[in-house]
Amino acid sequence: MTPRNEQYERWIAQKILAARQTTTIGEAGKTGTWRTIRPVLIPEKCLVVKSGKPTCHKCWLYCPEATVSRSIPPVFDYDYCKGCGICATECPTEAIQMVPEKEAPSCAETIANAGGNADA
Amino acid sequence: MVKISEYPEEEFILPGTRLCAGCGLQLAYRWALKAFGHDTIVTLPASCSVVAGGVGGYSPLKIPAVYDCFETGASTASGLAGALKAKGREKTKTVVAWVGDGGTYDIGLQALSAAAERGDDFVYICANNQAYMNTGIQRSSASPYGARTTTTPILGKKEISKNMLKIMDAHGLSYMATASAAYPQDLFEKCQKAKEMQGQGVRYIEILCSCPPGWGYGVENSVKMARLAVETGYWPLWERIHGRITLSKAGSKFIDPEKRKPITDFLTPQVRFKHLKQDAISVWENYIAGVWKEIQKELDETNQ
Ligand SMILES: Cc1ncc(C[n+]2csc(CCOP(=O)(O)OP(=O)(O)O)c2C)c(N)n1
Ligand code: SF4
Ligand code: SF4
Ligand SMILES: [Mg+2]
Repeated sequence: MTPRNEQYERWIAQKILAARQTTTIGEAGKTGTWRTIRPVLIPEKCLVVKSGKPTCHKCWLYCPEATVSRSIPPVFDYDYCKGCGICATECPTEAIQMVPEKEAPSCAETIANAGGNADA
Repeated sequence: MVKISEYPEEEFILPGTRLCAGCGLQLAYRWALKAFGHDTIVTLPASCSVVAGGVGGYSPLKIPAVYDCFETGASTASGLAGALKAKGREKTKTVVAWVGDGGTYDIGLQALSAAAERGDDFVYICANNQAYMNTGIQRSSASPYGARTTTTPILGKKEISKNMLKIMDAHGLSYMATASAAYPQDLFEKCQKAKEMQGQGVRYIEILCSCPPGWGYGVENSVKMARLAVETGYWPLWERIHGRITLSKAGSKFIDPEKRKPITDFLTPQVRFKHLKQDAISVWENYIAGVWKEIQKELDETNQ
């Protein structure tokens, strides 16, 4: 029977107890690369753009990923937006259009920047 | 009502998580954490929510999270609350147990019941997506009647879901509420209330969280599905403070059957219910009628 190495066991226990995570954006990498369609704002139809006041922002409210800003106009964070389309479905004036990724200009760039945890 | 522009802009779960696109649970998590704020410790047993915390040295969460075993959501929260109390710091932090329906209705039930009976000081959230989603959509006792899951693959589930709300009510809790991922403001206010009732034992909130792969609908309709559950009368929104029930503004009109949408609006867009025939739909209709009958009875009693 191998003798117990108490010093080693204590070291392992301390390592486990001290294990902690660092807060980061993009824990799963650039989740924007998951998208097949991307949300694009049609400013002429957007309530906050038209009124110049923060009257709506339902896109900000309902985005699970928090990748729409509560600004005028609302801006999408394409690095992490997963392209679910909830913002477009929930927009009361159809001011968000979902456009196929291959027609969107910066698709290649997003893919080139894709990274996992290590790059975060 | 508070305007959308007045809710806190700060996020406590940062973008780029590993949850599915269009996850209703992530939307609920985002809004609940906004309500709980900085001085919060959250504890999560095995579930999609724990995966959201990250699988390595990084996490999208801005607050401390303790990952625990599947059956120990409530007992870990009991321990955290106890430790804070021992240090005289119980007023400085909110302890939140964030647990899936499997972890609540099934494997974690006794830990939760024990904590509720002891009056341990924490908020318990059941993020109910109606199956064991993280391991591939197995049925739980929260899965609704007729739902197809990978363990009820042909005929769908033969039993109606466990009445967890009644079980929790039997513990005489200070605060209980139902919520839906489709009503973030309502959810925010309920979480705030539960937080404020610190020192009053377990406060229990159950949130219906839509799940695109588990329920089988297009990702863009996630909020719509969680909203239809309320609009059809299937998922009433209410809170019960010290035993007194009130309907939440967001869903109070659905007490009137005339105002409700037909339950098929909720069922037919979901693949898990595709096979249901008229007799099964009647089971649903009876279930909804029964749920509202109980609420009406309780309202009548409190208003006497
Ligand atoms: C004791 C134990 N049994 C089984 C598992 C495997 N497991 C991990 S998550 C999970 C399902 C969780 O379901 P639920 O609580 O509903 O959360 P969801 O993933 O649906 O959010 C299971 C069965 C485990 N981690 N521990
Ligand atoms: S498509 Fe989905 S993830 Fe992207 S901004 Fe809209 S709601 Fe958010
Ligand atoms: S399986 Fe469902 S609950 Fe889990 S991350 Fe995906 S959408 Fe969310
Ligand atoms: Mg679940």
